[in-house]
Amino acid sequence: MKTSHLLLLGTGLLSSGAALAGEAATRPLNWNAIGMFLVFVLFTLGITRWAALRTRSASDFYTAGGGISGLQNGLAIAGDMISAASFLGISAMIFMAGYDGLLYSLGVVAAWPIILFLIAERLRNLGKYTFADVVSYRLEQSPIRIVAAVGTLIVALMYLTAQMVGAGKLIELLFGISYLQAVLLVGVLIVFYVTFGGMLATTWVQIIKAVMLLSGATFMAYTVLKHFGFSTEAMFAGAAAVHAKGQAIMSPGGLLGNPIDTISLAVGMMFGTAGLPHILMRFFTVKDAREARKSVLYATGFIGYFYVLLIAIGFGAIVIVGTDPAFRDANGAIVGGGNMVAVHLAQAVGGSLFLGFISAVAFATILAVVAGLALSGASAVAHDLYACVIRKGQASEREEMRMSRVATLVIGVLAVILGLLFETQNIAFLSGLVLAIAASVNFPVLFLSMFWKGLTTRGAVAGSLVGLTSAVALLVLSPVVWVGVLHHEHALFPYSNPALFSMTLAFLGAWVFSVTDRSPRAHTERGRYLAQFIRSMTGIGAAAASRH
Amino acid sequence: MIQQDPEHLRQHPDFIQLVRRKQRLTWSLTLLMLTIYFGFVLVMAFTPQVLGQSLNGGATSIGIPVAVVVILLSFTLTAFYVQQTNQVLDPLVAKLEQEVQP
Repeated sequence: MKTSHLLLLGTGLLSSGAALAGEAATRPLNWNAIGMFLVFVLFTLGITRWAALRTRSASDFYTAGGGISGLQNGLAIAGDMISAASFLGISAMIFMAGYDGLLYSLGVVAAWPIILFLIAERLRNLGKYTFADVVSYRLEQSPIRIVAAVGTLIVALMYLTAQMVGAGKLIELLFGISYLQAVLLVGVLIVFYVTFGGMLATTWVQIIKAVMLLSGATFMAYTVLKHFGFSTEAMFAGAAAVHAKGQAIMSPGGLLGNPIDTISLAVGMMFGTAGLPHILMRFFTVKDAREARKSVLYATGFIGYFYVLLIAIGFGAIVIVGTDPAFRDANGAIVGGGNMVAVHLAQAVGGSLFLGFISAVAFATILAVVAGLALSGASAVAHDLYACVIRKGQASEREEMRMSRVATLVIGVLAVILGLLFETQNIAFLSGLVLAIAASVNFPVLFLSMFWKGLTTRGAVAGSLVGLTSAVALLVLSPVVWVGVLHHEHALFPYSNPALFSMTLAFLGAWVFSVTDRSPRAHTERGRYLAQFIRSMTGIGAAAASRH
Repeated sequence: MIQQDPEHLRQHPDFIQLVRRKQRLTWSLTLLMLTIYFGFVLVMAFTPQVLGQSLNGGATSIGIPVAVVVILLSFTLTAFYVQQTNQVLDPLVAKLEQEVQP
């Protein structure tokens, strides 16, 4: 215990070791994990230093100067999608409910072709740093940017919360330190990566972690299949034989009893992914539309491959982890909570060395995704709110960069606080809620601004606000919050996933308030569509990369 | 950079052709992907027993290969789009850029 305390002190990141949790005694420290994690941290701090020397302009900070290649960006995007929430959360969901867990995977994969066909190239051709650049291309700057920044911040902060909860749980289990200390550690590291290394460091941390996670998951899936003599049939049969739900785990319906809920979740998964600000900003880090396309191709391949592996990991865990009493506490619950299933599986198939590797990877995953989220939030504050709205484009580059660093710090602090408030929620479900909001606030307005000439500023603002209020209101009235959190008898809104309704309302709101907008400003805005259309189609006049 | 009159560019035959081809590719692939995905989702929502049926009488259900196929199709459509755009649409854009350059 003493040594672990010293070790953490040694990293210079945790100063208070006063309360090394008592539970740690039941959970031996895993030196492999701690060692590998420290190697990762040192390495990424080295990268941050390297990146800091190359991050001079605002363009470097927000988009790594547009110098990321298609393959690198594809890996980074894949890294954003295969987050801790999906790795730990989806394997936990398959472990718990079987087949239903796959819907979460499929929605995320199927979103990528849609993002490619509709969004990726147009975004790159029209924007510079944030997706608000695209929406405000022919509309009025201030109102659009405020609304887009609010949408970005809400999504980023909620997603951060989901990631922080996963981080806290994981590190608590692994290091034996308290949840509070774990969350603080993440907060400090990501603020460091982002403020000093900007997008370049954030991207490389994400790339390294994506490669580590893909390799780790490949090894896990391989050993699981080997355990069953490379027969998937034997794996599924074994899972159905030992699971409390029996053969029902092989068919949908255990988790999402209600058809409307299933459809609504699916809508949120697909269009929410297309509205995630930290994903959208990655299209500005490549040189041009062609590289943006290439990124999506690589990303789709990696993400799809990862989710196929998760099928084996999830179902394999039912047999390998589920039947091993060593992974259950006195009450029969999984040690460390349901989300730790994948981590236990790593120990079961690869011993403590591999457990160390996967734990370090899972932690790295959280750091990388949280860094990306913090950067997207900081871009919204510094570029959209500060530089474009408050200073009306008059801020110097220095001022804008200073603001982005302050914003990163504030977001880091907020992430820690939110992580502490939401300690006991299921993390994959939280990500689902985030996607519903992204699908209702960001996606409709972004889509309409690119494809519909008739969209006006009034319509865009109204659409976002309708999407936001309806998504939040329906969430609060849903069984999750109204019954689960506020402890009322019955939910006022019967479905747990609002996306189907809130996204429809957002589109409707944007349409109604645009077609009824007869102001001269609306007339000019419609007139500017042609120039925007030509640029989105051809890339002529698009923001170029600052260096290659 | 090129400060072309948008109206002039809009009526350029190459631009018209580019837009027509690109729109066709974009919307047909989008429609196809939405059909695949929401087809799967609707079956999952309304007739889950179809996906729960046994494949070849064993424990593996039909839903497992279906899920894998949806993932593979997503990648295939992505690859098809990238290939089409690189080989057919990009040369059109390049040609257009040349022609409107003063």
